[in-house]
Amino acid sequence: MKHFAALFTELDSTTSTNAKVAALQQYFQAATPADAAWAVYFLSGGKPRQVVKTALLRSLACEAAGIEDWLFDECYQAVGDLAETIAYVLPLDFEASDVGLAVWIEERLLPLRGLGEEEIAQRIKSYWRELDARGRFLLIKLVGGGFRVGVSRLLVQRALAAHSGLDAKRIAQRMMGYVDAKVMPTAEKFQALIAQPENGAADVMDAGQPYPFFLAHQLDAPLHDFDTKLGPVSDWQVEWKYDGIRGQIVKRAGQVWIWSRGEELVTERFPEIVALAVGLPDGTVLDGEIMVWADGAPAAFALLQQRIGRKTLGKKILQDAPVTFMAYDLIEVAGEDIRAQPQEARRVQLEQLLAATDFKLSPVEKLTSWAGFAFLRKESRDRGVEGFMLKALSSAYGTGRQKRGQSPNSPSATLGSDPIFSWWKWKIEPMTIDCVLIYAQAGHGRRASLYTDYTFAVWNRQPVDAQEAAAVVRAIEKREPAREGGLQLTAFAKAYSGLTDEEFKMIDSVIRKTTLEKFGPVRSVKPTMVFELGFEGINLSPRHKSGIAVRFPRMLRIRSDKPLNEANTLSDLKMLLKQ
Amino acid sequence: MQDLIVQRPEGLYCPPGDFYIDPWRAVERAVITHAHADHARGGHGHYLAAAPAEGVLRSRLGQGIALQAVQYGEVVTHNGVTVSLHPAGHVLGSAQVRLQHGGQTWVASGDYKVAPDATCAPFEAVRCDVFITESTFGLPIYRWRADSEVFAEINAWWAANAAAGRASVLMCYSFGKAQRILSGVDASIAPIVVHSAIQTLNTAYRSAGVQLPDTKLVSEVADPADFKRALVLCPPSAAVGPWVKRFGDFSDAFASGWMQLRGARRRGGYDKGFVLSDHADWPGLMSAIGATGANRVIVTHGSIPVMVRYLTEQGLQAESFQTEYGDDAAEEKATGNSLLSDGAAA
Repeated sequence: MKHFAALFTELDSTTSTNAKVAALQQYFQAATPADAAWAVYFLSGGKPRQVVKTALLRSLACEAAGIEDWLFDECYQAVGDLAETIAYVLPLDFEASDVGLAVWIEERLLPLRGLGEEEIAQRIKSYWRELDARGRFLLIKLVGGGFRVGVSRLLVQRALAAHSGLDAKRIAQRMMGYVDAKVMPTAEKFQALIAQPENGAADVMDAGQPYPFFLAHQLDAPLHDFDTKLGPVSDWQVEWKYDGIRGQIVKRAGQVWIWSRGEELVTERFPEIVALAVGLPDGTVLDGEIMVWADGAPAAFALLQQRIGRKTLGKKILQDAPVTFMAYDLIEVAGEDIRAQPQEARRVQLEQLLAATDFKLSPVEKLTSWAGFAFLRKESRDRGVEGFMLKALSSAYGTGRQKRGQSPNSPSATLGSDPIFSWWKWKIEPMTIDCVLIYAQAGHGRRASLYTDYTFAVWNRQPVDAQEAAAVVRAIEKREPAREGGLQLTAFAKAYSGLTDEEFKMIDSVIRKTTLEKFGPVRSVKPTMVFELGFEGINLSPRHKSGIAVRFPRMLRIRSDKPLNEANTLSDLKMLLKQ
Repeated sequence: MQDLIVQRPEGLYCPPGDFYIDPWRAVERAVITHAHADHARGGHGHYLAAAPAEGVLRSRLGQGIALQAVQYGEVVTHNGVTVSLHPAGHVLGSAQVRLQHGGQTWVASGDYKVAPDATCAPFEAVRCDVFITESTFGLPIYRWRADSEVFAEINAWWAANAAAGRASVLMCYSFGKAQRILSGVDASIAPIVVHSAIQTLNTAYRSAGVQLPDTKLVSEVADPADFKRALVLCPPSAAVGPWVKRFGDFSDAFASGWMQLRGARRRGGYDKGFVLSDHADWPGLMSAIGATGANRVIVTHGSIPVMVRYLTEQGLQAESFQTEYGDDAAEEKATGNSLLSDGAAA
């Protein structure tokens, strides 16, 4: 644990990618394969299930620190992270032990599951005595099931590649499924990750391993630049962009595996897709979108979300939210990796393969100009899609979304020729609404003790003038309840992203100056600030007070130019429902 | 019985003595606990401060201020109130103010820390009836490790950077923190370069008899190669300006008690955060309060509600004063003036 804690500190305290890779590489060199196996697991996003309840950890910490619950709460508010709070409130003295990460996890932490509270308490307290604050922090993250660190999986792969002398893409492929919660990492599995190809790389490939997903970049260029940047429209395959869950279907050795983009094995959640896929020839891998399909059109993402949330799939949910697979790429044929073949060639084979099946095939739209596509794109919302995907006809199927060389949206960049930038998402503009900030809450992690999570409101009707809006603000300041039928602000969305650190700092100071009341971590503020909020979709929702729910809301800008009374209204929002 | 210290718009006021302690508006008579800008402001008629603070006070507020400098423990009587100053362990010349009048003893502690510091006299526990305490780090999450551990971390960081041919830019407050760091680091690693705002205070510290390693201004560095392995101390404001550009590809760090929290460290975006504070941590605050024997405690700047509630639960009579201390921006401004002159000189 000591070495892992030191590695964690290194990773956490630098923003330099090279320093992170170097620290990881150093760790892999020194660690035993068993410890390294767990380190790779945690650092690439593996999350063991919670083995000790948070409430218990918390009460143990209060006891050990000799503080009351309220004081712990105050600390938590300042820190913004439970594990960190616990690590800091505990008395400093400890006697360091040399127990390795794998022993910690396998022999000490995982066995805690299912023990009596008394016994868990005993053990946790004795473990704390072996660790310094960093070690305690990690321990709590690990047993509480909330481990997260600022290393991308790509970095771990780079470090493993450097450590083993293998190609990072090969490591990436072998790492697929490595962080699946149902499989424990072992020394053997770690060694298989970095084994030289002649020593059993084929074994890894034989399983249901998917390929790393090829991800698209966001296209921000204006339409009149398309011809110079993307080249002629005839070089591109244009498809609709679906709002589902990206997935790969792997059919090998008579078996089907379904992987989601989070590298999660989700086969059991989607029996309809398994039923479709068993008929595929062995050695086939499809890339596409898992989505709910109703009445011949894509259903709202919310429906798919409900479905993902279910542990068991009853008849009703299968009926209400039937899932399908919209295939758009073919990356393995007859056991052969065809990612290097051009898009065009893969598409032909995809169409042939699926011709006699019930799979949905993502249609290719054919028009003769970018302007034509821009016009057609306006139908996106009606079609229940998010815009277009542009794929260079000559391009291979790449890996991930690496950035290389020039920024894709830089004015001088020409796109499509570089394989890295050969997939583009050309999304429709978000829906926008001008709204008023009414509550704020401190963020977590990097934004702890900074007010960055906001609740926004719109007017229940158009204010007559600035005076009427000002009267409402005064009433709010005096904590007067809203008058029945009178003008008021109705909360409708929360958002915490889209602004720069500087803007957050500025808003934070306004919030501190205009706070009216504190409810635990939440502050109500005097309504003074108008924001332009963007979102991807809007639906009726009986669960929300405003009656509507927006999808992926984020702040587009601060509208300091807008007086409060010019913020939008609930009926403006409802107009968007019809779009 | 009349309170010896009350809160007024100008600052903390002693009614029988008719003087203020660290007032934030101009007054006739002011007792100054220490020379940080949020406590020692200009424009007062008369100043009273501890002798070791004199150099810094005059360099910041002007040589001509009417200042009476007294030794720690020396007793002065003003309008029948007995006044004496006792080390607060915060920075050079920092003092707790002890007032005695009408059978009561009050102590206003200004800012303080209880851990040892080679650059100033150690905190002295003064028995009193009423103790006025700061609460900057008044939460149990703040527990400082021994200085030696933190200095070992700084040395390791500096040595690794020096070996890689990179300057180590360490941001810290010019007054107090910088000198404490200088007194603790291993000066044999490589040359130490300081910003002029810090050098001014180094001079004041040295003339007060505090041992500090050799420090150079940028203009005094003869061999430019030294920039690539130096430890560079500067106030945070200098680290975002052109001054720091000359160090090329450097590693940056910040030394402050706030660096205890991961969120603060990451928000700052520094390569390293060293947890080093000139304020008492939670156990320090509690032991200091306990050692005074006071049964009435008045909490100022920091975690006021938390400390008041906690102390009340411990059976003390706890209250609070609203002050205008704890304003880092004021301290930044105090160093900012010399920042400009350094930019012009370099």
